[in-house]
Amino acid sequence: MTPSEKKELRVTACKVRMGIIESTHAAKCGHPGGSLSAADMFTYLYFKELNIDPQNPKMDSRDRFVLSKGHTAPGLYSALAHRGFFPVEDLLTLRKIGSYLQGHPNMNTVPGVDMSTGSLGQGISTAAGMALAAKHQGNPCRVYTLLGDGEIQEGQVWEALMLSSHYKLDNLCVIIDNNGLQIDGAVEKVMSPYPIGDKLASFGFYVEHIDGHNFDQIEAALEHAKTIKGQPFAIIMKTTKGRGISYMENQAGWHGKAPNDAEYEQAMNELKAKLAEVEAE
Amino acid sequence: MADVKKIATRESYGNALVELGKEHDNLIVFDADLAGATKTGTFKKAFPERHYNCGIAEGNMMAVAAGAASMGLVPFASSFAMFAAGRAFEQVRNSIGYPHLNVKIGATHGGISVGEDGASHQCCEDFALMRSIPGMVVMSPADDVEAKAMVKAAYEHEGPVYMRFGRAAVPVFHEEDYQFQIGKGEIVKDGSDVAIIANGLMVYEAIAAAEELAKSGINAMVINMATIKPLDEELVLEAAGKCGKIITCEEHSIIGGLGEAVAAVLSEKLPTPVKRIGVNDEFGHSGPAAALLKQFGLCAEHIVEVAQKFCGK
Repeated sequence: MTPSEKKELRVTACKVRMGIIESTHAAKCGHPGGSLSAADMFTYLYFKELNIDPQNPKMDSRDRFVLSKGHTAPGLYSALAHRGFFPVEDLLTLRKIGSYLQGHPNMNTVPGVDMSTGSLGQGISTAAGMALAAKHQGNPCRVYTLLGDGEIQEGQVWEALMLSSHYKLDNLCVIIDNNGLQIDGAVEKVMSPYPIGDKLASFGFYVEHIDGHNFDQIEAALEHAKTIKGQPFAIIMKTTKGRGISYMENQAGWHGKAPNDAEYEQAMNELKAKLAEVEAE
Repeated sequence: MADVKKIATRESYGNALVELGKEHDNLIVFDADLAGATKTGTFKKAFPERHYNCGIAEGNMMAVAAGAASMGLVPFASSFAMFAAGRAFEQVRNSIGYPHLNVKIGATHGGISVGEDGASHQCCEDFALMRSIPGMVVMSPADDVEAKAMVKAAYEHEGPVYMRFGRAAVPVFHEEDYQFQIGKGEIVKDGSDVAIIANGLMVYEAIAAAEELAKSGINAMVINMATIKPLDEELVLEAAGKCGKIITCEEHSIIGGLGEAVAAVLSEKLPTPVKRIGVNDEFGHSGPAAALLKQFGLCAEHIVEVAQKFCGK
């Protein structure tokens, strides 16, 4: 990626984060913490990686993305809106009666959403089913799925990993957002999933660890994933929950809470300052 | 009705999949280590490249099938009713039902006629669980002919379908040219004193009961209600209007199944006395299927008893 492409991604990531803050503030609820930790990955996927067409969201050959950690819908919606799948101003209808932007992703109402998710542990199975079907059909598309590090406490995740490896789904890329926090606190205190990488490797995955806020590392890992044949690929990305908003960073309390008016002002000011800083570079 | 041919509807399921598979390339089958028992092994033998075993992980299988359906395939996901509807309920609800994906669930070994395996495997709750999911079609065939027609209809239907098949061989009473339609009940025998609305293996028992009842001067109507959801309300109301008394029969808990579905329609639209025959809020146990069915009152003799009392004879 060229320096200008990287700068463009950083600018977009700021806007995606603004959409997360604006939508959850408007909704007075929702999940900003995990949306912000995955915001850079959402940005890279939707603005650089995925073969998609906002004008033709159901294109048969499109790459699929399944948000297995469905509660971070504000992050996905913001990326989709900024990518042109629907108007950015609609983000303000999040979670409201009559809105197509449901609290958790609904594939039948939101353009660009490939699978309805929300119940943790199920998205990865549907992604595996898509990857298996794509191979069966000879569809060259790739399938990406994003999970939380708390989510992998669900037993079904490991059933899906086993199946993905068994059927050699090298068109599947499993991304784990390792922000280290879940609702009740630190993941290793609630129910340790560690060592995540060793576990996935022992399930037959090719595993790569990256900094989930570093676009060079994100790019390198996703490019690498396409070269690995005969086994599925996993990216474990170290991230900061609430990334980009000073008072939200590394605070489990911001898992599922919306900013009030004062907090909203501060968050938007921080993001605007960041945006100006990146644009001035 | 002596010497009728008997076939288990799980056999019919496997055979129907093979026939459909010949016509439709987009039909694939998922299993959870029970291909031999669910009879999808028949399909696997014919189309090995279209059969995927998911191992003993039914919840995962249902969501994998959902993903495959979203790609345009028509997956039939199979396991025992206990695990397909029970263990995987939440996956069926959230990954198949909520997105209304085109997955067909072929659940075998429904009811207590599973027999010797005992209560852990005798699912008498699947109708209740599955009919609570919006948009889910729930069906249970009475014999081989109907089962095969049902599988074909399920393939042609756009949206999620749950089908319950049995382990035990049951009499085949439909003619080969029988026309099955999702959501339409069948008047197997007309009558005017009491209407027996049954499904699954209880339909044949209801027919036998009606013959016996005729001897004591009771003219019973027999309805095969293979589709539990969407229920053929029109036929239920017609039967109630004509007979004034309804008996429901199902190899399922009296809670949440066909009986309650029928009673709900009648209580709102045409209050009519109803007697429900089914498993009375208790678990099954091990034993030969035929003996268990008798013990739990899922047999013609019990239907006759209930009907006679109901009709004051």
